[in-house]
Amino acid sequence: MADTTNSSPGRPATGPVPAPSAPAPSGGGAPPAIELRHISKAFGSVRANRDVCLTVKAGTIHGIIGENGAGKSTLMSILYGFYEADSGEILIGGRPVAIRSSRDAIAAGIGMVHQHFMLVDTMSVVENIMLGAESGAILTSSVEKARAELQRLERDYDLEVDPDALAGELPVGQQQRVEILKALYRGADVLILDEPTGVLTPQETDQLFRILDSLRRQGVTVVLITHKLREIMAITDNVSVMRGGEMVADRVTAETSKEELAELMVGRKVLLSLDKQAPRVGDTVLAVDGLTFVDRAGVARVDHVSFTVRAGEIVGVAGVSGNGQSELLELLSGIRPVTSGSFDLLGERFSATRPLDPSTMRSLRAAHVPEDRLRTGLVRTFAAEESAILGYHNDTLYNAGPFMKGEAIRRDCAAKMHDFDVRPQAPVLKTANFSGGNQQKIVLARELSRAPRLLLVGQPTRGVDIGAIEFIHRNLIAMRDAGSAVLLVSVELDEIMSLSDRILVMFEGRIVGEVPAAEANERMLGLMMANAASEEEARHKSPGLPGAITVEPE
Amino acid sequence: MSPPAGKIPRWVDVALIPLVNIALAFLVSGVIFWFIDVDPLFAVEIIFYGAFGYDLAIGYTLYYTTNFVFTGLAVAVAFHAGLFNIGGEGQAYIGGLGAALGILAVDHLLPFYLILPLAILLAAAFGAAWAAIPAYLQAYRGSHIVITTIMFNFIAAALMVYLMVNVLIQPGSMSPESREFAPAGQLPFMHEMLGWVGIAMTPSPLNLSVVWAAVCCVLVWAFIWHTRWGYEIRTVGANETAAVYAGIDPRRVVMLAMCLSGALAGFLGINEVMGVHHRLLLNFTAGYGFTGIAVALMGRNHPVGIVLASLLFGMLYQGGAELAFEEPKVTREMVVTIQGLVILFSGALAHMMKGPVERAYLWLAGGLQRPAAQEG
Repeated sequence: MADTTNSSPGRPATGPVPAPSAPAPSGGGAPPAIELRHISKAFGSVRANRDVCLTVKAGTIHGIIGENGAGKSTLMSILYGFYEADSGEILIGGRPVAIRSSRDAIAAGIGMVHQHFMLVDTMSVVENIMLGAESGAILTSSVEKARAELQRLERDYDLEVDPDALAGELPVGQQQRVEILKALYRGADVLILDEPTGVLTPQETDQLFRILDSLRRQGVTVVLITHKLREIMAITDNVSVMRGGEMVADRVTAETSKEELAELMVGRKVLLSLDKQAPRVGDTVLAVDGLTFVDRAGVARVDHVSFTVRAGEIVGVAGVSGNGQSELLELLSGIRPVTSGSFDLLGERFSATRPLDPSTMRSLRAAHVPEDRLRTGLVRTFAAEESAILGYHNDTLYNAGPFMKGEAIRRDCAAKMHDFDVRPQAPVLKTANFSGGNQQKIVLARELSRAPRLLLVGQPTRGVDIGAIEFIHRNLIAMRDAGSAVLLVSVELDEIMSLSDRILVMFEGRIVGEVPAAEANERMLGLMMANAASEEEARHKSPGLPGAITVEPE
Repeated sequence: MSPPAGKIPRWVDVALIPLVNIALAFLVSGVIFWFIDVDPLFAVEIIFYGAFGYDLAIGYTLYYTTNFVFTGLAVAVAFHAGLFNIGGEGQAYIGGLGAALGILAVDHLLPFYLILPLAILLAAAFGAAWAAIPAYLQAYRGSHIVITTIMFNFIAAALMVYLMVNVLIQPGSMSPESREFAPAGQLPFMHEMLGWVGIAMTPSPLNLSVVWAAVCCVLVWAFIWHTRWGYEIRTVGANETAAVYAGIDPRRVVMLAMCLSGALAGFLGINEVMGVHHRLLLNFTAGYGFTGIAVALMGRNHPVGIVLASLLFGMLYQGGAELAFEEPKVTREMVVTIQGLVILFSGALAHMMKGPVERAYLWLAGGLQRPAAQEG
């Protein structure tokens, strides 16, 4: 690794990145890298893609943006051979091809980097890269070949990874590089990246964008699927917008704006920033003191954490996912047992010797919107009205003697669905049949409608479309203005910054900083999230960083 | 964004697909019959006539059905908590032991109307206790319930042999059976009860416990879908993480569901010991506990489905025995093969026909709607 560190400053690729409109190597008369003509695909009665046309110029970075459920992933799955289109044509480099499986797609030079990495954690980088593309019966010879090829690719595309490191031990950003290398090793000249920045720190995102830029200069075509407008503006040459299964617009990135794209995505004007009043802070509702959770492997996932949350304020917890925020929420909501330390929740003290359980938490009028609604917050197979009483099912509102009051439960659910604009307003519909945003609204309706004095919220807008995000954010602000104390955990920095009054940053289980929201900016939080030490390291390793792609805060 | 599943009415999933599955099982059975030179239609006729053709046949069919309802409900209740209770056989065995011990102790002292609730309580308590040990091991020690309940079937069988041979055997008798219960300890047969109101029926093993089975169906339905404990059981079964989030203790739910399951299985002892044999004997469970798994699977763990599936298996038991008797080429094993095919098609391959049947429905529904639209 030392070797690569020394050599990197000399590389051209680490210099400032040219503007997105830089000349693409093959413009003009060259055929487009990908051309999709009139693609349609239906699942049952849902038409996921309707007459979609897309042209991606060779050697460009092409963004595809759209809300969840807009049909982006379906379109890319058709291109990569997971689904076959009902009708339409795929042209690669000007020639029509039939793609029936991912094998066909790889043969046509298409590579895909999935949102969730498909690496074998216990194998080395080089083994992962040759997996499925081994040549010959004797493995050692293909390992040698793969290693040589890997070195060439790393040199050509400026992608540094230690070929002998175990994939599972690499940081997320590096794992993603391995995925990219994997695609290139298979001869991809078109690379599809599906929501690549979801798990990255801002710094890692910058590095990824530098890699993508270097790929572009080497003539690789990149298709970037995302729902983050900022990324589209920062890196792409062209952008296509999908909505409701249709391609609604193609734009040259330099000639459009975030506001226009957002409007195209949702089909109406969207407020990207929130208006909120200054907080009227009251008494301390939650006081955490030296809270620690040590997991079975002996790792302190939450490490001597202390902070307070007062009535009428939103305290945001920022951090790259996996740094203890999830565990913190689970400790405070009684799901996980505390190892040491204590916390005062609404006047009662809980600790390892006096554990909190979730029903006690609810009886104290604290509510919890869990991070993963499908795994934790809802029961997929239940009717919506049953999911809407989860955790409150012992309440006298819903019970008469030994029996539950079916009528009352249904009326209650219908009222909540009306208040929170859940669609469709069908209490008996199975929970799994609601879209992600509407499922989240069911959870929020359940937890918010009882006017909790403390609200613990995890990733309130994960996988939720822009229209619903706005709605959810407004509701959280309304809770705060009504005097609730809100603890918000999110990996979306925009969300943390626009909602919070104070921001805590977590890194490896510890709180490494507290910033009033007014003084926070993305860059500073990002550096804190990656911790100061690794910040210096990062600067040392890649001196090009400060001048790299500048990502403007919203 | 209307989901595609909403287009397909519930009856397709609940009624049509199981019927298609059973039809397929019979079709394959028909092919087997054809191979051994037995006219399949003749075989079907014998099975139906043998199961429902005359009052004795109906009596036997419903007697078998009673057993399947108890064990089917037992499996279903555990299944709603996400537990696969393979131990119905052992729990039924021990449940029968409990009922018999109670009856043997008091049958000369108490009247029937006091002995009946006592026997029901004891059957439930013993069955529940036998299920509680594997449940405890699962909930608090992490031993897999499938393994432990299977082992408890063997333990129950060994325990019963020991008790019957060494403790409960009637003095002076060679066969390992208890003494016969006094009349106050016997459930009245259906033909006796019908006789009291002047209806003649050929004597069959069908007895009062069929009524208790029907009551149990209603109780299970109300408990699982209309009480908060049933809600907790279903939550733990569908999503344990969500249950913990909701403040439900999965360990207690496991204990509750398994004890109920064991109690329901124990009622099989009421039918067999108190209703039919009027004494405690070996092997009265005769595999009903295992068939209960198939019954629950086929009945989609719902009491209505379980009653229908129990009737089907009752029919196959009774009609199949009749067929083996009438047609020498059809052996007892052939009848078991048919049962196996029914289990295979409606249990293991339950989802095989889901796609084709739903597509066929949509196609037919579309075909009916299109001309209508043109007319309008």
